[in-house]
Amino acid sequence: MFRFLTKQLSFLCVTLLSVSFIVFMLTQFTPVDAARAILGAYATDEQVAHLTRELGLDRPVLVRYVEYIGGLLRGDLGYSLHFKAPVGDIIFDRLGNTLVLAAVSFAIIVPLSIVLGVVAGMREASLLDRGILILATFCTSVPEFATGVVLLSIFVVNLGVLPGLSPLVADTHWSVAQQFVLPVATIVVFDTGYVVNMVRVSMIEVMSQSYIRTARLKGMSFPRVVVRHALRNAMLNPVTVIFLQINYLISGVVVVETVFGYPGFGRMMLEAALNKDVALLEAGALVAVFVAVLTQILGDLGYRLLDPRIRT
Amino acid sequence: MRDPVPSGDEGAMPTGAADAAAPVTGLGVFRHRLRRFCRSVPGAVGLSIIVFWVAAALLAPLIAPFSPTEINLQALANPTPSLTHWLGTDHIGRDVLSRILWGARTVLTVAPIAVVGATLVGTMVGLTTGYFGGWYDLFMMRCADIVLSFPMIILYMIVIVMFGASALNIILVISVTKAPIIARIVRGITLDLREREYVVAAKLRGESALFIMFVEVLPNARGPLIVEMCLRMGFTTVMIGILGFLGIGLPPPHPDWGSMVKDTYGLIFSWPHMALFPCAAISSLVIGFNLMALGLREYRLHG
Repeated sequence: MFRFLTKQLSFLCVTLLSVSFIVFMLTQFTPVDAARAILGAYATDEQVAHLTRELGLDRPVLVRYVEYIGGLLRGDLGYSLHFKAPVGDIIFDRLGNTLVLAAVSFAIIVPLSIVLGVVAGMREASLLDRGILILATFCTSVPEFATGVVLLSIFVVNLGVLPGLSPLVADTHWSVAQQFVLPVATIVVFDTGYVVNMVRVSMIEVMSQSYIRTARLKGMSFPRVVVRHALRNAMLNPVTVIFLQINYLISGVVVVETVFGYPGFGRMMLEAALNKDVALLEAGALVAVFVAVLTQILGDLGYRLLDPRIRT
Repeated sequence: MRDPVPSGDEGAMPTGAADAAAPVTGLGVFRHRLRRFCRSVPGAVGLSIIVFWVAAALLAPLIAPFSPTEINLQALANPTPSLTHWLGTDHIGRDVLSRILWGARTVLTVAPIAVVGATLVGTMVGLTTGYFGGWYDLFMMRCADIVLSFPMIILYMIVIVMFGASALNIILVISVTKAPIIARIVRGITLDLREREYVVAAKLRGESALFIMFVEVLPNARGPLIVEMCLRMGFTTVMIGILGFLGIGLPPPHPDWGSMVKDTYGLIFSWPHMALFPCAAISSLVIGFNLMALGLREYRLHG
C-alpha cells in the first residue's frame, strides 16, 4: 500500500510539472502583451517597454518558468488581468461553487446509475435491459447544451416553475435552492447514462461467472444471488469510472455553467480564455489536472479497498 | 473453414449456417454483411440516421432552399416556421433549415478528419508500444496518461485561444487528445497477439517488425477499432458542438450547429424554434453514431 501511494503521488507530481511546463510554453505563443494590457491602449511605447522590464517579461522563458514554479510552491498563483484580483482568490471561490454543484449531482448520479445498471445487467438482453440501454445511450448522446436548452424550454418557458439563470444570489422570485435544480438536472441526465452503461457491462460480466451459476443451482433465490454475490464484484470496475466522473464534473461543467450563468470554475475558465487572461488560465489548468489525477488515485485506492485480491 | 467471406479474422466474423449461402462477389459480400448488420434494430436505426445526415451534407447546395448566410429582413417581423421558411428564420433573419443542412457539412467534414487523425496516431503508437515494449512502451504510456488527465475542454480552450480558432486547430487538438484512447486499445490487442503462433512464425520466417505489425497484427484489431471510431465520431460531434456553443469553435461565417444554439438560446422565451432545431440536429446525429456503435458491437458478438 505504501509503495502504491508513493508511486501514485510521484506520478501526480510528474504530471503536474509536465502540464505546467506545456501550458507555460503554449502561452508563450500568445500575441497578448501583458504590459500593454495593464497600461491600456493610450500608454506610450516607452511606458510599455518600461513595465515589461519591470515585470521581468523580457527575460528568457526558462528563467520565468522556474520563477513561476517557485511562486506556485509559495502559494502565489499570479495576478488575473481580467478580474483585476489575485488568481488564488478567484479560483478557490469559483472552485467552491463548482464543487457544490458537482457534489449535489454526484449524490444523485451514483445511486441512480447503480440501481439502473444493476437492474439492466442482471438479465442481459431482457426487455428491461434493452430499454435501459437505449435510454442511457440517448441521455449520453444529447450534448449538455442541448439538454440544458430543452430543459429550459420545458420548465422555464412553458411551465414557468423554475428560474433559467443561476447566479446563486436569491432574487425576488427564486431561492438559491431552486436555481440549483436545472444545472444539476442537466448534469444528471447526461452523466447518468454514461455510468449506467459501465455498471451494466460490469454486471453482465459478473452474472456470467460460474460462481453465480453455482449459487443459483444451490437453490438460492435470484434476488439474493444478485445482492449477496454479484453486487460487490460488479461494483469493482465502475468505482474507477465513477471517480473519473468527478474529473468530468469539475472541469467539463463549463457548458452547463455557461447555459445557466452559474458562477463556477468552468465558466471562469471560459471567461479567462475569451479574455486571454493567461495567468488565470494557467493556474486553472493546473488545478483541473490536479483534481483529475487526484480523483484517479482515489479511484484506484477505492478499487484496492474493495478487492482484497490485489491488496499487497 | 466454411466461411466463403474472404476475411482473415474468425473473431470478428464467426462462421454460421447463414454465411454458407452468401455469394462471393464484392457487392454481394457487402449486401450480405449489411443485411446481417441491420438485424440489430439499434444498428439499423443508427445507420439510417447517419445516411440521412451524410446525404443532407452532400446535397446541401442542391436542396437547401436559401443560402445559409442570406439575411431576409422581412422575416425578422415573424421568424416562426412558415411555408417559405420551413424551420423559420434565426435572430438576424437567416433560414434555419438551410443553416442546419450546411451545418451538417461542417460537422461531417471536421469530425471524420479528426477521428481518422486520432486513429492513425493512436494505431501507430499502440502497435509499436505493444510490439516493442520496454522503456519506449513505459514512456509513451506515461505520456498518454498525462494527455488523458488533461480535462479536454480546458486543453481546447488554451490551444484554441492561443493559436486562434480554425478548423485545422480543432482537428489537431482532437487528434492529439483522442489518440491515447485508441493507442491503449490497439496496444492491448497487440500485447495479446504478440505471443500467438502465427506471429512467432512470421518472426521466424524473418519478416520485418513493420510487416508483422501491419500485416499480422493490425487486421485483428480491425473490429474493436471500427467500433471505437464510431464512438469517437459521436464524441467529436459533441465536442465540435460544444466548442461552437462556447464561442471558441469555427469562426462565425461557418454555419455551425453549436454556434446556432449559442446565438439564439437567449431568445428562447420568444422563439424557441431557433435554438431547438439545431439542438435536435446535433442530438440526432450523435444518437446515430452511438446506436451504430451499439449495432456494430452486437454484430461482432453474435454475428
